[in-house]
Amino acid sequence: NIKQAVCSVTLVPDFFRSSGEGVRAVPLAGHVGFDSMPDQLVNKSVNRGFCFNILCVGETGLGKSTLMDTLFNTKFEGEPTQHNQPGVTLKSNTYELQESNVRLKLTVVNTVGFGDQINKEDSYKSIVEFIDTQFEAYLQEELKIKRTLHSYHDTRIHACLYFIAPTGHSLKSLDLVTMKKLDSKVNIVPIVAKSDAISKSELAKFKIKITSELVSNGVQIYQFPTDDESVAEINSTMNSHLPFAVVGSTEEVKIGNKMVKARQYPWGTVQVENENHCDFVKLREMLIRVNMEDLREQTHTRHYELYRRCKLEEMGFKDTDPDSKPFSLQETYEAKRNEFMGELQKKEEEMRQMFVQRVKEKEAELKEAEKELHEKFDRLKKLHQDEKKKLEEKKKSLDDEVNMFKQKKTAAELLLNQAQQAGGSTTLKRDKERKK
Amino acid sequence: MAQQKNLDGYVGFASLPNQVYRKSVKRGFEFTLMVVGESGLGKSTLINSLFLTDLYSAEYPGPSHRIKKTVQVEQSKVLIKEGGVQLLLTIVDTPGFGDAVDNSNCWQPIIDHIDSKFEDYLNSESRVNRRQMPDSRIHCCLYFIAPSGHGLKPLDIEFMKRLHEKVNVIPLIAKADTLTPEECQQFKKQIMREIQEHKIKIYEFPETDDEEENRLVKKIKDKLPLAVVGSNTIIEVNSKRVRGRQYPWGVAEVENSDHCDFTILRDMLIRTHMQDLKDVTNNVHYENYRSRKLAAVTYNGVDNNKAKGQLSTKSPLAQMEEERREHVAKMKKMEMEMEQVFEMKVKEKVQKLKDSEAELQRRHEQMKKNLEAQHKELEEKRRVFEEERANWETQQRLEQQKLEASRTLEKNKKKGKIF
Repeated sequence: NIKQAVCSVTLVPDFFRSSGEGVRAVPLAGHVGFDSMPDQLVNKSVNRGFCFNILCVGETGLGKSTLMDTLFNTKFEGEPTQHNQPGVTLKSNTYELQESNVRLKLTVVNTVGFGDQINKEDSYKSIVEFIDTQFEAYLQEELKIKRTLHSYHDTRIHACLYFIAPTGHSLKSLDLVTMKKLDSKVNIVPIVAKSDAISKSELAKFKIKITSELVSNGVQIYQFPTDDESVAEINSTMNSHLPFAVVGSTEEVKIGNKMVKARQYPWGTVQVENENHCDFVKLREMLIRVNMEDLREQTHTRHYELYRRCKLEEMGFKDTDPDSKPFSLQETYEAKRNEFMGELQKKEEEMRQMFVQRVKEKEAELKEAEKELHEKFDRLKKLHQDEKKKLEEKKKSLDDEVNMFKQKKTAAELLLNQAQQAGGSTTLKRDKERKK
Repeated sequence: MAQQKNLDGYVGFASLPNQVYRKSVKRGFEFTLMVVGESGLGKSTLINSLFLTDLYSAEYPGPSHRIKKTVQVEQSKVLIKEGGVQLLLTIVDTPGFGDAVDNSNCWQPIIDHIDSKFEDYLNSESRVNRRQMPDSRIHCCLYFIAPSGHGLKPLDIEFMKRLHEKVNVIPLIAKADTLTPEECQQFKKQIMREIQEHKIKIYEFPETDDEEENRLVKKIKDKLPLAVVGSNTIIEVNSKRVRGRQYPWGVAEVENSDHCDFTILRDMLIRTHMQDLKDVTNNVHYENYRSRKLAAVTYNGVDNNKAKGQLSTKSPLAQMEEERREHVAKMKKMEMEMEQVFEMKVKEKVQKLKDSEAELQRRHEQMKKNLEAQHKELEEKRRVFEEERANWETQQRLEQQKLEASRTLEKNKKKGKIF
């Protein structure tokens, strides 16, 4: 019984070590009753219910769904997928499970199509994106002005089971690349899938190879915590058995007089819960019965904090100003806001300026056109004036001719009169009459 | 949507509560309790009785022994262990409260202290680099009411009204051994009536699904406010050693539920609701402080009409994002409008230019036509004239010829040649 174990060991709470200033320990003269605090806390958690989110990463056909079913003694959703997916998609399903008075909201996320493409360079991307999306959702909630964190459904991935194909040789490069991209974002628990395909001696070599490859590539996998004395021993033993070699099965076979989960072969039966046959029991023990809470805690205090820190730094938030004075939250937001408003003002100003410029240019253009038009018509006017002048001259010359002719005519008539008077010819008379 | 699934066998996550238990013990617990009340109401004695320790002793005297001119806020931290569980207990004293002649605003230093703890927590929660955040927020405020037997004093009402939305307030009738059970009953009723009248929200016990628990909760609710007695001395009563106050007429036992409500207070404060007090502080009082603080930051300056409205559920960053988007949309609109105005003005000017060109063209045509007409007229006139002149000249020649002819005839006649 854990409670008893705990009470017999003197544990020193972590932060007490740091809060040294002015704290004195005083003895109690009787039973006060605050030793019920852990129970009070536990009761609250039980009432609220727990949640746990597992991500299964691995090639199609490695028995991911079967393992989940076996671990949780139930049949989850899902049809076996085909190998022809164009990319990697993540499918998530949430289930409500209950065991005695403990309610667990379990979300199982599967990578569909992982490892099926010819070019697998981008395989890890949708996985990283998915994990980040869950962090982002939590961060957004945390940053809201009015927030409800205590009733928030946490979708962050608490454990990533990485399924390694039982080749018996070494890790595939896809595995190394993917795990390297994931190790700072999620607790990775690598497992050798369908390990009934490997013999015991091959398996030992395989595990050593895998572990050394992980170490040499700097991949950080999840270590079961050894800082809590009550579970330190079992956890450190289990750490040495990583990666767990598992077999999953929901089929039951009669062994002796018990029905056990097993896989039946002509040469024998692999019993899932037989620790000589595979590490399934170890996985279940570590993942669910001993360290589930630690996995959640690590996700929150380590992986999420890292994501949050990077995101905030990206957005330009700092804890101290250049003179290393700590910023208060208000100052930070205000500074950000001023910067941002300044930017907007600048953009507005620029746009205005641009318009002023255009207006100026257009005005100049139009003025040019107007000028040209006037010049054109000035020219025409001048032409017209010249024409008029010519016409006037012609008129004048005609008038002059007319006058000349009139004069001539008058002179001629005068002469005629004189001649007639002098001559007195009847012909003239006759002409005169004729003329009349 | 979550699906219900049945399990065909033991999985083992039922051990989660144990895992949580184990981790919480390793982490340790903290609790900050504030005591407020006039001096002499037995605050330090009660604390010592509650926690069965000499929190306040000759070495570390309680608030009453420290005479203050103004209200101070002081902290004492102690580390206590029990059954493997460690608790960092902080007691916040307010010596000087209510002791002056003029007590106006004596609650202000207290409010400021509570807010500064919220502020500290908010700042450490909002840092980019967050480490373990110590929680020094006030989880509970025990307010000591003098056992007058009549009702609440104006100071009591004022204080509780100002603090009930910042901290869990638990009013207590101090030195309850000066009241008889009937007096106490009346007093309690009166106090509760006044509390309701002034809409003061004292700490409420949460309802649970458990019938049994709810019945207990109801029993406690009927006894509010709790009337307590504290003591630093152990007295022997019926060969039992108990904490109590020795009077000539008997011993008032602290832990005797017939004598006072001490055990109810202790059980509730420490044994059953300590965690809830922390949760309410975190989920309600702190969140209220935080949302008010952040709303003030976001709406600082520019949009004052927005600030009067509801608090947004968005984070200040999301708020800024939205403002940015709004601004971009506004600018686009402005750009479009400016563009339209520009186009319109250009069109106008161009049209004017065209019109003026057309007008000038028209006039030019007019003048040209005019000129042409004049030309034609002139040509006609000339033609007519030339015709007339030609005719006259022809005629003149004819006449001349005739004249010549007739003259020659005459001449010849004269000469006698003719006939």
